[in-house]
Amino acid sequence: MDTKKTARYGLLIALAFLFSYIESVVMVPLPVPGIKLGLANLVVLAALYRMGNGPAALVSVVRVVLAGLTFNNAVMMLYSLAGCTLSLLVMILLKRTDRFGMAGVSVAGGVMHNVGQLLVAAAVVETSALLYYLPALLVSGCIAGIVIGAVGAEVVKRLPML
Amino acid sequence: MKRRLDIWLIAGVLILALGVWGFLRLTRAEGAFVVVEIDGNEVAKYSLEKPLTEKISSPWGTNLLVIENGTARIAEADCPDKLCVNQRAVQYQGESIICLPHKMTVRIEGGMESGIDALALLGRIPPSDKV
Repeated sequence: MDTKKTARYGLLIALAFLFSYIESVVMVPLPVPGIKLGLANLVVLAALYRMGNGPAALVSVVRVVLAGLTFNNAVMMLYSLAGCTLSLLVMILLKRTDRFGMAGVSVAGGVMHNVGQLLVAAAVVETSALLYYLPALLVSGCIAGIVIGAVGAEVVKRLPML
Repeated sequence: MKRRLDIWLIAGVLILALGVWGFLRLTRAEGAFVVVEIDGNEVAKYSLEKPLTEKISSPWGTNLLVIENGTARIAEADCPDKLCVNQRAVQYQGESIICLPHKMTVRIEGGMESGIDALALLGRIPPSDKV
């Protein structure tokens, strides 16, 4: 890995980390837990479209681990890790089909992030009662995905291939 | 063409959300008991009818459960995020409040009769005439 690449990864990870921090500070009290915009996904999306699958995965996982160690606890990190892995896999798959725009890829990513977290939560607390959260999480993941997808498309348009 | 599939994806997710919400709404029934579980194990069961304020302690932390007016909620918690405190009170069968950092769930269960009635309605077992 050359110096230029290292610097680029550092920059992207720092940016994603910063977005996570902003989201952990500005917490909106909502009746359903886990609803957020997913600003960090903007960085992952840009990495996915401008650098490729591997770099996007690296930025995503390192971001989650860093955020988990810094402002969340270990249990919450497990949820985030499941969410980000599932989200990333689905985004890479949808992008590869070449039939979805960035909004579609981002919506799938946002929704799958929530689904992944819900699945781990269901396994940890051993209850299917979490089904009650699914509708709200699907809708919020959808809205967040559309917003991040729209912003991401504008960002990627202005970025050169890295 | 690219845009069209995006819209189908979004529509699909929203329809799924509406479907799950509709299913839960149609199948909901009044609850009778509040079941508290820690790490998947039942630790306490209270009636939803009797007002109660109880500290729920686990190795991970403490939550204050309040039962009043036929509903249950978490009034206080010593977790950092307070997500369980922000959740609205639960009263229908199957509804729950979950505190992920403390691995604690508060779930509403129905009365014994409703379950048997439902099975009897389905014709699985004859309706009981005893009691």
